[in-house]
Amino acid sequence: MSDRLNVLKTYKLYVGGKFPRSESGRVYEVTDSKNRWLANAPLSSRKDARDAVVAARKAFGGWSGATAYNRGQILYRVAEMLEGRRDQYVREVAEAEGLSKSKAAEQVDAAIDRWVWYAGWTDKIAQVVGGGNPVAGPYFNLSSPEPTGVVAVLAPQESSFLGLVSVVAPVIATGNTAVVVASEESPLPALSLGEVLATSDLPGGVVNILSGRTAEIAAPLAAHQDVNAIDLAGADEALARELEIAAADNLKRVLRPQPVDDWSATPGTDRMTAFLETKTVWHPTGSLGASGSAY
Amino acid sequence: MPTTAPPAHALSDVTASDGTLRRFLHGLPGVDAVGLEARAASLGTRSIKTTAKAYAIDLAISMVDLTTLEGADTPGKVRALGAKAVRPDPTDRTAPATAAVCVYPDMVATAREAVAGSGVKVASVATAFPAGRAPIAVKLADVREAVSAGADEIDMVIDRGAFLAGNYLKVYEEIVAVKEACGTSARLKVIFETGELSTYDNIRRASWLGMLAGADFIKTSTGKVAVNATPANTLLMLEAVRDFRAQTGVQVGVKPAGGIRTSKDAIKFLVLVNETAGEDWLDNHWFRFGASSLLNDLLMQRQKLATGRYSGPDYVTVD
Repeated sequence: MSDRLNVLKTYKLYVGGKFPRSESGRVYEVTDSKNRWLANAPLSSRKDARDAVVAARKAFGGWSGATAYNRGQILYRVAEMLEGRRDQYVREVAEAEGLSKSKAAEQVDAAIDRWVWYAGWTDKIAQVVGGGNPVAGPYFNLSSPEPTGVVAVLAPQESSFLGLVSVVAPVIATGNTAVVVASEESPLPALSLGEVLATSDLPGGVVNILSGRTAEIAAPLAAHQDVNAIDLAGADEALARELEIAAADNLKRVLRPQPVDDWSATPGTDRMTAFLETKTVWHPTGSLGASGSAY
Repeated sequence: MPTTAPPAHALSDVTASDGTLRRFLHGLPGVDAVGLEARAASLGTRSIKTTAKAYAIDLAISMVDLTTLEGADTPGKVRALGAKAVRPDPTDRTAPATAAVCVYPDMVATAREAVAGSGVKVASVATAFPAGRAPIAVKLADVREAVSAGADEIDMVIDRGAFLAGNYLKVYEEIVAVKEACGTSARLKVIFETGELSTYDNIRRASWLGMLAGADFIKTSTGKVAVNATPANTLLMLEAVRDFRAQTGVQVGVKPAGGIRTSKDAIKFLVLVNETAGEDWLDNHWFRFGASSLLNDLLMQRQKLATGRYSGPDYVTVD
């Protein structure tokens, strides 16, 4: 019999492309569905939230300015990396959600497929929600979707991986950067996602992942003046109400929690359009005559 | 031996010749580099919170020399900077004004106009900033132009080449000449460009040299080289001004410049000042920060303390 010691993994946050511990130094015990200890996860403080917002803001210019095609390639690369770690995620999801191995595998496969699906949307969403507007004058008038900015995402509490992917991928596909608060009870798949993102050409800071008490981390994020939008998917009714009031202060876009029975159902484009703004420009040239430009 | 006039201070005889000056500067105790850096680092770990933090932030804002030293400076940019120096946070009138604006000599008149009547000083770099490589006549003309345009403070650079070559008297005489050109109206800050002096021993020697020559302020750097103000070199200069006052009774100010960008950094420097030179220096007459982006961070931290919400770069001016 082997007497090799287990090498336990220290789960860490993912902020600005690095893996820091919580600034507070705190951790909390994460257990599986039968209350058996799995690991210690960092218990983030409001300062971790602040640092994550700074990292996300710093990354926003580059990520939103990257071509949609390039973003699509990078997101597809993320899916490739997820595929390579499939077994790890199956184990983590099975432990976190108390699923059988085959059920957990279904969840992971759906999550990877979801990521590929959103990767495809990066260079198509503009054609669907933007376009040329017919106007009563000899001008071009064009609308194009623009990313909102830094989006705070409270990941769903129950679906620790498929739910997480379903709320994070649409936010970054359109060029936003995200500060993600992982599921409070089962943060391990989310923290492992950081390791995949770090190795898939996704610029540091585009996605920042925090674990800890959702209410504790979400409050400073909702009140933060430099966060442009917040997705309340992981907040219960009372918390969502409180956060929405705090978020109103700097007119954040708020996506209220919506009941989701089955995260594997086709999501549609709603989660992408929730964090897009429409820019409309009048093209200040008249119609071109037969001889070419009027200038 | 009878003397015709009492010495200006106890150290007046060391500047009598190149030899005595060299003997004095090389006789200064050597710097324990490891100890200095450890001391600076350990003072940087002090926790400054709540009311103490609010006090420190306001004090730091009042100590900022808001600086723009770019080839691309326009009168419009200098006016905008002046307006910001006078009223750093237009949404909160309790925010203190900064100490000064710091510009190139040709922008002094514009800056003077922008801060007129506010108590904010106008500082001008001079003496062929930042390299200091120009004939002495040109350097002095540079200084006189800035003073006559209305500069309250002159930031001169020393001739690092002469200093590193051991030509201390030349550096000394240049500072004395510039001090004279400043007249009685302008205070003189002497920039050593610590990043180019190579060793802590040299920084200590330069500090004493500057103070002996009559500097009102000693300043770390121009902000134009790779290494600017660090906690360690500022701590060393604070020790020098403390010792200089103990020996001569003359108080000299300190200005770290370049690379101080966050409130946290600024507060660490204030801790150094308080623990090394003492409370007498916790005033913008005796301690300054040469900075530009630092002010925005101080304002964001100030807003956070006032409202409890984290602020962002959308709520301060872009400059």
